[in-house]
Amino acid sequence: MTVQQNINPTLATKSEVVMSARHVAKHYGPIKALKGVNFDIHRGQVTTLFGENGAGKSTLMKILSGIIAPTSGEILLDGEPVHFHGANHALAHGVSIIHQELALAPNLNVRDNIFMGREIRTARGIDFAEEERVTRALMKELEEDLDPLTPVEELRLGQQQIVEIARALQAKSRILIMDEPTSALSASEVEVLFKVINDLTAKGVSIVYISHHLEEALEITDHAVVLRDGEMTAWAPRAEIDLEWIVRNMVGENFDLGSPPDSKMGNPALSIENLCVPDTSGHGLVVNHLNLSVRAGEVVCIYGLMGAGRTEMMECAAGRVAAQSGAIKLHGQDISHLSIAQRINAGLVLVPEDRQRDGLVQTMTVGQNLSLASIAAFTRGLFTSRKDERRVIDDSIREVTVKTDGGGAMIGSLSGGNQQKVVIGKMLATRPDVILLDEPSRGIDIGAKAEVFKLLAKTAETRGLAVVYSTSEVSECLSIAHRIIVMNRGRIAAEFDHTVTKEQIMAASGEAVHH
Amino acid sequence: MADITNSKPAAGGMDLNIGKILLEGRAFFALVAIIIVFSFMSPVYFSVNNFLIMSSHVAIFGLLAVGMLVVILNGGIDLSVGSTLGLSGVVAGFLMQGVELPSAGVILYPPVWAVVVLTILLGAFVGAINGVLIAFFRVPAFVATLGMLYVARGVALLMTNGLTYNNLGGVEALGNTGFDWLGFNRIAGVPIGVIVLALVALAVGLVLVRTAFGRWLYASGGNERAAELSGVPTRGVKISVYVLSGVCAAIAGLVLSSQLTSAGPTAGTTYELTAIAAVVIGGAALTGGRGNVRGTMLGAFVIGFLSDGLVIIGVSAYWQTVFTGAVIVLAVLLNSLQYGRAGR
Repeated sequence: MTVQQNINPTLATKSEVVMSARHVAKHYGPIKALKGVNFDIHRGQVTTLFGENGAGKSTLMKILSGIIAPTSGEILLDGEPVHFHGANHALAHGVSIIHQELALAPNLNVRDNIFMGREIRTARGIDFAEEERVTRALMKELEEDLDPLTPVEELRLGQQQIVEIARALQAKSRILIMDEPTSALSASEVEVLFKVINDLTAKGVSIVYISHHLEEALEITDHAVVLRDGEMTAWAPRAEIDLEWIVRNMVGENFDLGSPPDSKMGNPALSIENLCVPDTSGHGLVVNHLNLSVRAGEVVCIYGLMGAGRTEMMECAAGRVAAQSGAIKLHGQDISHLSIAQRINAGLVLVPEDRQRDGLVQTMTVGQNLSLASIAAFTRGLFTSRKDERRVIDDSIREVTVKTDGGGAMIGSLSGGNQQKVVIGKMLATRPDVILLDEPSRGIDIGAKAEVFKLLAKTAETRGLAVVYSTSEVSECLSIAHRIIVMNRGRIAAEFDHTVTKEQIMAASGEAVHH
Repeated sequence: MADITNSKPAAGGMDLNIGKILLEGRAFFALVAIIIVFSFMSPVYFSVNNFLIMSSHVAIFGLLAVGMLVVILNGGIDLSVGSTLGLSGVVAGFLMQGVELPSAGVILYPPVWAVVVLTILLGAFVGAINGVLIAFFRVPAFVATLGMLYVARGVALLMTNGLTYNNLGGVEALGNTGFDWLGFNRIAGVPIGVIVLALVALAVGLVLVRTAFGRWLYASGGNERAAELSGVPTRGVKISVYVLSGVCAAIAGLVLSSQLTSAGPTAGTTYELTAIAAVVIGGAALTGGRGNVRGTMLGAFVIGFLSDGLVIIGVSAYWQTVFTGAVIVLAVLLNSLQYGRAGR
């Protein structure tokens, strides 16, 4: 048994510790994902794990929720060591996890999802009436007016998350682990979620929270634990910390997302005129008579909440979705009727928001992903030229500084930040005039973020590239952008130059400032 | 760049490397093992002549499998190839018997090369219907090609009224002899069917590895959305793969009816399953994006040499079915082992 030692005094606060990790380490072969982590979860409080990608947060979560077993160290539950044999065993001890990708069956209704795998069984089959009664009680408790018989696929993402939480509550969970629960929620849904979290903690449920949205997480947390490279670098109660403290401990050094490049502004490269894009129902508009002009060499940031129409505007400009009306002009030429491939040839490219789903081909190597959009550049007659492809790949790797050994490795072996650089490098290899990037910093760590922004700024300055990127983090607006455009409900709500303050941007976006 | 299957650097020592080599070359080692085992069990198995005979059996499945590989790389499936093979044979037979034009009152006897071209065009047409249904009308590939399986077989039965066209030899006076050349003749001792397979396999292999189309195919099979956003004409690729598969099936139909010098409407029944099995044994992933011609060829030879070997040593046909099934399941098991590891 491991001897408990060197426990930091700040861990021993007055509130009761329900679960703790002692010297927990996890090795995958030679790779040390976790190198001995200690921390406590307090009853009725929120503990947030901060850390870059690959810092070990997910590994730690999986160990706490019984999905994987630690290589060494132990987990104490109410002071007693426990060894979980799988997630169900952890659940039986009151520990449940809500994954980033929700684990619901969309074709089943709310009631059946809540009781999935734990149906109330009687001699005559499932007791649906009792299940429905319990579901209604849970929904009342969570103050979410959902009919237990509604299919989950008809619910908004935020409501689906409530169903997941209800499922955990039904299992009498005392400890709820939430992995990036707000990444796909709108601001109002985040507020609902935070209210639910507050209610839960008031009832004595302990929450372990992971988020890339640092500002958001700070609003709700009671304790912060920071991981870096598999080690815990800092821990402190909320009262003693601020944003800067977290970032400093996450990164280990000062970071800078850059400043607007000193580029020579040219003629308008991209002009969007009176663009309207219908929403999925076909009744409303997600992009509503939008006008935007971007000059060569200019960097424009589009800030907006989920559902503001940023993604749709970009996908429409790139040719992924059809516009209802309006024009998209590249160097004054209307390109609205062109296909995606033709727009790429014309010089307009899109780096999509979801790089796993829309950006990368997982079955191909780093090099093949990098060269995918510019195959024509190394095709000689009928056949591709290996030598020329090699050059395209090597140039790209150098330009976007991907950490890889020549591009022969599978794309999945790269870290998130390097994968993102590959997606950007793939589009830059087509020598575009305009690059649209939808949330280029999503899911990559702060060091990689800074590198991506520096790369974009440099390309805008040296190549005269027009850069348009969207973000939902205010701090990223105030980096390399010459101009910041705030979108709200499909329209441009405000336009600022780079001297604007965070508060002005947030006010213009219609974002309710939490408390 | 050529090998799309998997190229992760090995993390361990010598033992792991041997395991890795065995895993990645499994179809090859399986083929070697089959040849060794049957050579010990039967004196006639290990001879050049037997290998050539077995190879000409493999040629039919091999041609179908090459077409199927292209479809599977795209993440689709083509269940209609067996029926397309049958229909192609019947149409070739029909053309060889002479086409009567009632209005002109003449019977046309197209020369053999025209029969071959028309039959291949028919295969392309059948594939194009599949492709358009799948790419433009978003019918699931499984359903569209299942429908085509029935329709093509039905048309073949209608055309012949359920009978078989015998005597495809042609008549010298009509200038349409030579149809049996494909099935019977040999060049330097190698049956023409095997040479056709080799040429088709080489051509498709080259297309996959060295052309833009090949890269588009691997990309759209691996992630269609990402490929589309990178400017890959994914719909065109999708239609092309089914056309290619239809063409391969038509060529296989020609070779088979030439080997038999007869064309029956039920020829090629369930061959689509054998073709899928060959592709899977060759290491391709049914989810698309992974696989190559070399593997598929090995897969086709594993199946062909195994079933012929069982016939030669006198094992009952029922047992052959059991063995083939076991080999397929084992192959898929190993596939998931390989790709499961690559996923980490």
